[in-house]
Amino acid sequence: MKFLSKKATCNSHGQDSSYFLGWEEYEKNPYDEIRNPKGIIQMGLAENQLSFDLLESWLAQNPDAAGFKRNGESIFRELALFQDYRGLPAFKDALVQFMAEIRGNKVSFDSNKLVLTAGATSANETLMFCLTDPGDAFLLPTPYYPGFDRDLKWRTGAEIVPIQCTSSNGFRITESALEEAYQEAKKRNLKVKGVLVTNPSNPLGTTLSKQELELLLTFIAKKQIHLISDEIYSGTVFNSPKFVSVMEVLIENNYMHTDVWDRVHIVYSLSKDLGLPGFRVGAIYSNDEMVVSAATKMSSFGLISSQTQYLLSAMLSDKKFMKKYVSENQKRLKKRHEMLVRGLKKIGISCLDSNAGLFCWVDMRHLLSSNTFDAEMELWKKIVYEVALNISPGSSCHCTEPGWFRACFANMSENTLNIAIQRLKDFVYSSARDSDIQNHQHSNNTSPKKKSFSKWVFRLSFNERQRER
Amino acid sequence: MVSISSNNQKQQLLSKIATNDGHGENSAYFDGWKAYANDPFHQTENPNGVIQMGLAENQLCFDLIQEWVVNNPKASICTAEGAEDFKDIAIFQDYHGLPKFRQAVARFMEKVRGDRVTFDPDRIVMSGGATGAHETLAFCLADLGDAFLVPTPYYPGFDRDLRWRTGVQLFPVVCDSSNDFKVTIKALEAAYEKAQESNIKIKGLLINNPSNPLGTILDKDTLRDIVSFINSKNIHLVCDEIYAATVFDQPKFISVSEIVEEMIGCNQDLIHIVYSLSKDLGFPGFRVGIVYSYNDTVVNIARKMSSFGLVSTQTQHLLASMLSDEIFIEKFIAESSERLGKRQGMFTKGLAQVGISTLKSNAGLFFWMDLSRLLKEPTFEAELELWRIIINEVKLNVSPGCSFHCSEPGWFRVCFANMDDETMRTALRRIKNFVLQTKGHNNKATINKQCSRKFSKLQISLSFRRMDDFMNSPAHSPMSSPLVRT
Repeated sequence: MKFLSKKATCNSHGQDSSYFLGWEEYEKNPYDEIRNPKGIIQMGLAENQLSFDLLESWLAQNPDAAGFKRNGESIFRELALFQDYRGLPAFKDALVQFMAEIRGNKVSFDSNKLVLTAGATSANETLMFCLTDPGDAFLLPTPYYPGFDRDLKWRTGAEIVPIQCTSSNGFRITESALEEAYQEAKKRNLKVKGVLVTNPSNPLGTTLSKQELELLLTFIAKKQIHLISDEIYSGTVFNSPKFVSVMEVLIENNYMHTDVWDRVHIVYSLSKDLGLPGFRVGAIYSNDEMVVSAATKMSSFGLISSQTQYLLSAMLSDKKFMKKYVSENQKRLKKRHEMLVRGLKKIGISCLDSNAGLFCWVDMRHLLSSNTFDAEMELWKKIVYEVALNISPGSSCHCTEPGWFRACFANMSENTLNIAIQRLKDFVYSSARDSDIQNHQHSNNTSPKKKSFSKWVFRLSFNERQRER
Repeated sequence: MVSISSNNQKQQLLSKIATNDGHGENSAYFDGWKAYANDPFHQTENPNGVIQMGLAENQLCFDLIQEWVVNNPKASICTAEGAEDFKDIAIFQDYHGLPKFRQAVARFMEKVRGDRVTFDPDRIVMSGGATGAHETLAFCLADLGDAFLVPTPYYPGFDRDLRWRTGVQLFPVVCDSSNDFKVTIKALEAAYEKAQESNIKIKGLLINNPSNPLGTILDKDTLRDIVSFINSKNIHLVCDEIYAATVFDQPKFISVSEIVEEMIGCNQDLIHIVYSLSKDLGFPGFRVGIVYSYNDTVVNIARKMSSFGLVSTQTQHLLASMLSDEIFIEKFIAESSERLGKRQGMFTKGLAQVGISTLKSNAGLFFWMDLSRLLKEPTFEAELELWRIIINEVKLNVSPGCSFHCSEPGWFRVCFANMDDETMRTALRRIKNFVLQTKGHNNKATINKQCSRKFSKLQISLSFRRMDDFMNSPAHSPMSSPLVRT
């Protein structure tokens, strides 16, 4: 008789993927400015570490929230006992107002439609439990966050069918890609229950355009399916175009009194916008009362600690502070983003034009030895082990084209970021030199394509050098 | 354009899990809470309201905890003293959990078991409360359709936690008052056979020790027998020890971990413990659940699953500090036991004075009360009828035995640790008055636990309600709180 469950013995948790393997290498040899300056720099972790000073100064100025007190009176006992899965009302009210603020107050949210969960991880899984039966499928545009493989599929038994997006149009979602994915699911005998998008996108760092959102709504209306919009990065938009939430488009395009209204669900979290992943604060927002009801009951499996709800309700209700925080945080993200993009450009590496997120989608196709995922893995290993940078290979994000990598920029100091860029610079120049030497030695055997490839890289780097002088 | 899609059509767009009753909230267990929520007792503001005795919370020692929190500002990352830790704690999302948290929990669990066993901090896996722990273990140990044996009566939440989203079944091992509801190997074997006959694949046995709702603990021989049983059948044993530190009287608590350490030939890969701080420390709001497994694969997988219900690092940090204060913890455990014992004693003695017997218990935040001789007839309908009276007329929310899948009508679980002394005295007074009134209408019946089958001729006019009315009340959140009202 089988000992453990199928779920325990399969690898649908996804942690054998390279996304996580890179982390393991980092854990073995982590960079430290002083103690391990040659260690691996972590650029695979989408964390926001840029604005803690603002949070810390708020705490210093608000001792009541910090010390389990309300108006000087201890409420420790009430908090310790509070396990109501409807959540702390003050916290939910503050959270929906904060969400509205991030969307320029173009939409408003009702706290009765908000369900609190232990992180977006739990929110996404819970939504899948509510919307799919085992074997049903959700369509996701590629490239997508590797964690979805675990969060959406593992314990739910749901399937993901990719909506193939390519660099030919900046990885935008097209009508034909949507339809193709739908047909692919049909071919595999999978019932499609919905589409899930991340907006702003991880790993692309781009916000969905109004057209894409309209396209999605038309699509789900026609197919009578759901749309989940994971808006976990909505507060990290640092450049135009401004963030447009799916809620805004729903209202503008008069979907309010149609059945589509009930089939759009938003996932949110404070892990990225506020940089508090440890606190496990996630939420589901839905107009469908049955979804809200079922998800609320399911949240029993992952409620937010009352202690944390209380602290954050105080912080988020300080609207003046939150406005200042969001704006300052965005400024700092913008600066970092520019640093990385410029630094990479100097060494002939371009990034997808992006306006949000904590990372860049980096184009290293020209550094591949061949246009294959094997070559991508080869390059990735070099970058992890020789360059000592942990970045995430596009294949781990299910990208259809080899050569793209996600590099995070908000989880380290400026100094460290500069060192990371310098390391890449050294790597690119030395690779160019090496391949040129190789070419020279095996000039009779190399294919003309490869020869011109490496020549181009060398020439590029050579030109850069000349400019610097 | 208004859509005329019926509720039915809408339901098809959602999953089966979202639209079935697997959440269990239509059970009578939760129904009584509605009465309480509509009319909650308050000493001064609503002295005739319903007293909540259906919530197993430990509220007796908050003064000690509060004092500790005030004296240890560094334990909070938000105070001036503790703020330097804020960033590192807020950023930390490793599902292994803070090492000092795991060490502190392991040490605390050892202390609660009188330092007779050791727990490896690397086997401590977090979960979203014990609720999350049970679901996680079900996902790890069983496939859709597989079943767990569970002795009755049992905590109603298991129906949801082990079955709802997992598709796993629960197969009852019926225990009755003839031997004080003790679990016997005979009963286990019989249940196992019955399951085999019905083609139900048993993957494990779930026990709750100390027991909810009984408040009793398992003796060493029974525990050994249980471990031998699961070994012989090669099935898992999940031991929920959430009430371990609520033992207030002899005999002392024996954990399955003690059996594991001493038994030769025990297959440790089959043994898993569920724990939580919700009952022993009274912190249900902090959502601290623990899966402790002796099986390496289960530890590994459960840890990955813990991503769906990690403990907030703010809370991990606070509790790491509190639980490592060994002097404080020792004092707390001792004081808590004493206060619980005193409370339970007051109630059970008070009830005995009016001829109400309770199952002899030495643990938990409740006692198991025998009102079978007050039933019109020995049926569950009569039990629910009586329950309705107790809620609506006596104004006490107690939990009817049927909601715990008890095989005999007439038993009720009564919680005693979630109120202050004054409220407790009021509750006791109300029960006594009710029983005396009822007795006044009867012939004198012999007050003998063994003769609980004798039914009295109640002539109290009852506000009779159809069973449907209370069995099908709309699902609602059972827990109300002053924080919701403010």
